[in-house]
Amino acid sequence: MIEFLTQPWSWWFSGIIISAIMFIMLYFGQSFGFSANLRTICSIAGAGKKVKFFDFNWRSQLWNIVFLIGAIIGGFIANQFLSNDEPVKISEATVETLSQYGFGAPKGAQPDELFTWEAVFTLKGFLVLAIGGLLVGFGARYAGGCTSGHAISGLSDLQVPSLVAVIGFFVGGLIMTYVFFPMIF
Amino acid sequence: MKFVKFLIVGIIFGIVMAKSEAFSWYRIQEMFRFQSFHMYGIIGTAVVLGVIGVALIKKFKIRDFSGNPVLFLPKDKSYPRYLLGGTLFGLGWALSGACPGPMVVNIGYGYVPFIIVFLFATLGTFLYGIIKDKIPH
Repeated sequence: MIEFLTQPWSWWFSGIIISAIMFIMLYFGQSFGFSANLRTICSIAGAGKKVKFFDFNWRSQLWNIVFLIGAIIGGFIANQFLSNDEPVKISEATVETLSQYGFGAPKGAQPDELFTWEAVFTLKGFLVLAIGGLLVGFGARYAGGCTSGHAISGLSDLQVPSLVAVIGFFVGGLIMTYVFFPMIF
Repeated sequence: MKFVKFLIVGIIFGIVMAKSEAFSWYRIQEMFRFQSFHMYGIIGTAVVLGVIGVALIKKFKIRDFSGNPVLFLPKDKSYPRYLLGGTLFGLGWALSGACPGPMVVNIGYGYVPFIIVFLFATLGTFLYGIIKDKIPH
């Protein structure tokens, strides 16, 4: 059992758990959508005094903030108790492609080239993380949801707007991967 | 106490994001380069089971734990926002390698620089709130 848990989980097992999370949230009378938390955080920080979009009763969204805190704890538990410390087993093709852009083979879950403090304290390293984050946060609210809200919850309900949003996720992702990524790295 | 259940579900979410490796920048690169089935398998499995389950909830009018009907609110039928917002989201996802959930999972896992990504994502949402009435929806 422990060996099963400490190995990377298979795609089908992970997919089953994620859909179970969506149904548990529905059973609890809420919906599975993570990026709404970003709006709630703006509201808690007082943005509602200046901007109408953030002027709502954020206390009604605290359940989702608690979910966010749980996600942080979950990440900690996964690393401390359920990890075998092996690098992610991405395909050889991806290792090969990324090496052309100066990324070494994985040593963990994230590349040292981007997610170490040494990388963050370079201008380029900082801008990559900052601009990436800005686009995700702006785009998620503009589109009315992120991967959890649209790709999982919305598609499960066969919502056409969610399908359009997911197509948008891929349009943007492919433009970044094939147009901008080679310019940046 | 009513929040404890959300904390537990959040913990399970964090663990599955990490153990499925869906929180890894490398996995997102691999997905957008179509070099592995892994991410498509995760999302595809969740969506197929989700479609079946949601259909059953509607057919049998299943209620939530407090006895209320499970509501599925249709999203606005105006498409520019989904395509434009989705595209901007995708640009950021492929660059930073994380959508909002996995960002905080990474912070908990020990990849603390993700706090920069998360803070700027929050700033991005703030900027959207400021200019939302000036952009097409």
